[in-house]
Amino acid sequence: MNTWPVELTLDNCIKCTICVTACPVAAVTDRFPGPKYEGPQAARFRHAGQPTPDHSVDYCSGCRVCNMVCPTGVRIAEINARARASMVAQGALSWRTRLRNNVLARPETLGRWGYRVAPLLNALLHSTWARAAAHVLLGIDRRAPLPTLVREPFTMWFHGRPTPRGAKRRVIYFHGCSTQYYEPRVGRAAVRLLEAHGFEVIVPPQTCCGLPLLSNGEFEAARALYRDNVRRLVGYARQGYPIVGTSTSCTLTLKEEAPELLDIHDDDARLLAERTFDLSEFLVSLAEEGESTPVDLQPVARRALYHAPCQYRAHRLGAPSLELLRRIPELDLVESRADCCGIAGTYGFKREKYDIAMRVGRPLFDQVRESGVSVVICDSETCRWQLAHATGVPAVHPVELLAKAYGV
Amino acid sequence: MRGFDAILVEKRDLTHGTTGRYHGLLHSGGRYAVKDPQAAVECIEENRILRRIMPHCIEDTGGFFVVTPWDDPDYVPRFVDGCRRAGIPVEEVPVDQMLREEPLLNPHISHCFRVPDAAADSFLATEANAESARQHGARIWTYHEVTRLVRQGDHVVGAVCHDLVKDEEVHIHADLLVNAAGAWAGQIAAMAGVEVNIIPGKGVMVAMAHRVVNTVVNRCKLPSDGDIIVPIHTVAVIGTTDVKVSDPEHFPIEPWEIALMLAEGEKLVPGLKQMRVLRAWAGVRPLYQETVVADTRDVTRAYTLLDHETRDGLRGLITITGGKWTTYRQMAQVTVDRVCEKFGVERHCRTHEEPLPGAERAEYHWLGAPLARVERERAYGRLVCECELATEEDVIRAITEGQARTIDDIRRDVRLGMGPCQGGFCTYRAAGIWHALRRPRVTETNVALRDFLQERWKGLLPVLHGQQLRQERLDELIYLSVLNADHLPGPTVSPLAPVMYEPAGGTQRDGPST
Ligand SMILES: Cc1cc2nc3c(=O)[nH]c(=O)nc-3n(C[C@H](O)[C@H](O)[C@H](O)COP(=O)(O)OP(=O)(O)OC[C@H]3O[C@@H](n4cnc5c(N)ncnc54)[C@H](O)[C@@H]3O)c2cc1C
Repeated sequence: MNTWPVELTLDNCIKCTICVTACPVAAVTDRFPGPKYEGPQAARFRHAGQPTPDHSVDYCSGCRVCNMVCPTGVRIAEINARARASMVAQGALSWRTRLRNNVLARPETLGRWGYRVAPLLNALLHSTWARAAAHVLLGIDRRAPLPTLVREPFTMWFHGRPTPRGAKRRVIYFHGCSTQYYEPRVGRAAVRLLEAHGFEVIVPPQTCCGLPLLSNGEFEAARALYRDNVRRLVGYARQGYPIVGTSTSCTLTLKEEAPELLDIHDDDARLLAERTFDLSEFLVSLAEEGESTPVDLQPVARRALYHAPCQYRAHRLGAPSLELLRRIPELDLVESRADCCGIAGTYGFKREKYDIAMRVGRPLFDQVRESGVSVVICDSETCRWQLAHATGVPAVHPVELLAKAYGV
Repeated sequence: MRGFDAILVEKRDLTHGTTGRYHGLLHSGGRYAVKDPQAAVECIEENRILRRIMPHCIEDTGGFFVVTPWDDPDYVPRFVDGCRRAGIPVEEVPVDQMLREEPLLNPHISHCFRVPDAAADSFLATEANAESARQHGARIWTYHEVTRLVRQGDHVVGAVCHDLVKDEEVHIHADLLVNAAGAWAGQIAAMAGVEVNIIPGKGVMVAMAHRVVNTVVNRCKLPSDGDIIVPIHTVAVIGTTDVKVSDPEHFPIEPWEIALMLAEGEKLVPGLKQMRVLRAWAGVRPLYQETVVADTRDVTRAYTLLDHETRDGLRGLITITGGKWTTYRQMAQVTVDRVCEKFGVERHCRTHEEPLPGAERAEYHWLGAPLARVERERAYGRLVCECELATEEDVIRAITEGQARTIDDIRRDVRLGMGPCQGGFCTYRAAGIWHALRRPRVTETNVALRDFLQERWKGLLPVLHGQQLRQERLDELIYLSVLNADHLPGPTVSPLAPVMYEPAGGTQRDGPST
């Protein structure tokens, strides 16, 4: 495996400009000059020991559309993420911006303390005056789709129920922060679905994968979280258990984002990466290996739009979720034609970026509205929030519909 | 500066010669510490002065001398001793520390020494010198080629030049003529009928498409081929070879030279061969020797001042030659001292005291400066050369104020076309701006475009492999397939087109256009 820093892939750039024409952000704002400029071009002017020359790279949403379309393999999004990390490390962002970014990038911290007083906190956080204050003082846009905390986190449900007996195989479930504190229904569906496939599901203690911090340039904090997860999970990986996740961005982080951005290439990191799977990827591979018992799926008579999030495409897996969803009888599937919903993790929550994010997502929002679907399906939580917020159509994870079809 | 009425003539653009084709190293003198102590002393003296008078042309990278497994460790004490004698500050750097600073360097390096080497931009430095000279009343005539020296008895009284732009003869009468034609100095002297033995020593350099290292890295051994990597602007340059050539202008860049540079570079930075090569170029060392020697590396790097009155009984002509770019100021100083002597006047040199135009902020250049400027001015929508970040304003200024005669002249001013795509995306833009501002006949713009593509192509031809080959294929599609650059009306080449790296006997088209 080549462990040269991602910046060296700049050598592959032939300036063809395909990335610029595909970049959803550069298409809607002049504040972002585009992936070619920020990535392979600007990288030639960056120097570890010198003051960071960057400003505009902070407008990269990290959606990775550029990486996907690049015909020569430049890791543009990663180059940009590391440039932003230098900005942070050198204090090029104001303390207020960093405070805001840290509030947004640490969903676990809020969740861990907040769920105990969820109703109160929800009322508070979603009140107009609190949103106005956060807008003005912190720079969290007052219109952005903040999620709602639940009273019973996912693991509380999980550990509070009797362990089903008779499973022959084991799987480790990485739930991520949003399943834990905001959408435990996704985790419940995942556990039931895995159990329906004959697995014993283990949910070991885990922390945030660190992606929100990585995409806000807070590399040192992200490094601590990532190391923590490696420590907690590598034992299972070593025993050969698959580690599956429903949050596509969390699994991508464990698979490659964290090791690559943080230059951590030790054996443990590699092993964890190899044993980590997205849930749909995992289920499809089971079927391919003939390991899943075919069941008669129950019909789900709805018209739904499936949008593969940017983070999902970055796994380079094809479209396993779509493959699974297609097996559900009577599910009338519409495929998204858009690249990105705009939110890009914490990006669209930021005051200076909210409008950009909404403009990026517009083609997708239009498609959702025009196609007359009653539900949107998407593998990433923040995308679901953004889609529901922008279109008023509810958004679910593929596993939720699958669980329904499996009757679990 | 010393009050003489002076005209500088240059047959092409300034820095057309070796100065624009050198390695980019402001020597600390470490390279010559053992072999050529006199050159070492001159280098460190001038190194200190140039940092003061032209910091904006210098990037303070510092330099390492490293002992690789291929180098003789016995050289180390001689090197350290030589540096001390020459007054070059030298300190040993633990290998761990070296690798922290330069993670791509060979981990099998056993010793590393730090010296005050630096990277220097000779285009900018020359421009600063020229501007200063202009401010002191000098006239600088580019594209004026000296074709004849006018001799009256044993006295040189002037020169006849050919103005390449207007295609006419220009006569200059002068009380004194200074021959500073570098590797061409022998040719100029010959015009006055005196023999000056210059051995043109060709050196090939290979630029990598990104910095690779941020410190000048020298092999700690007797100077030889491919033993230095200089990070300068956005590239890292490996050099050089040293091959005797018969003509300072017409010489090829040979495949073995490229292979050797990459093989030697690989010893310093493992994996280097897989990285992208940007381009190759070559310059000729103006090495002067009274007696003929076999290996040009044994010729002194120290400069020589020839007063032809005392040497050959010919008045009115002085030749200054040899030396290094690093010692150019000192060479000028001793030359003008001699000029003063000739005229019987006593005027003191001030070039070591007065900073050059552009040095007002007294700050070194730094790699990120161009990007920082574009970011600050939000000029990213107005980039003409995207690789090297030359904006529309920069190019316009080079055309209007810099009086560029060719697109290549714009390049020397603003680094247009010097990045990885080698003019792929900026040549047609620059040609468009040029045409809009100058309003020449269309055929002239066409040939200017062709000249520049051809100039870039010459430095690419020797390194066409890997990623750069892929780039050139795209550039070829842009210019030959889409823009049909080869068949646009107008002459194939102009008289102002560069002739370097071509065999003698006129321009031979070696590009994709044949
Ligand atoms: C490969 C290589 C690498 C080098 N690297 C370094 C380095 O890293 N650091 C360093 O300090 N030194 C370096 N040097 C040495 C240094 O570059 C030269 O010593 C220096 O640039 C010579 O400058 P010059 O003005 O004497 O010659 P030139 O720069 O060659 O100038 C002579 C000029 O005379 C012009 N001319 C010729 N004939 C005529 C005519 N008939 N009429 C009008 N004009 C004419 C030419 O066009 C030319 O521009 C290097 C040299 C070589 C060859």
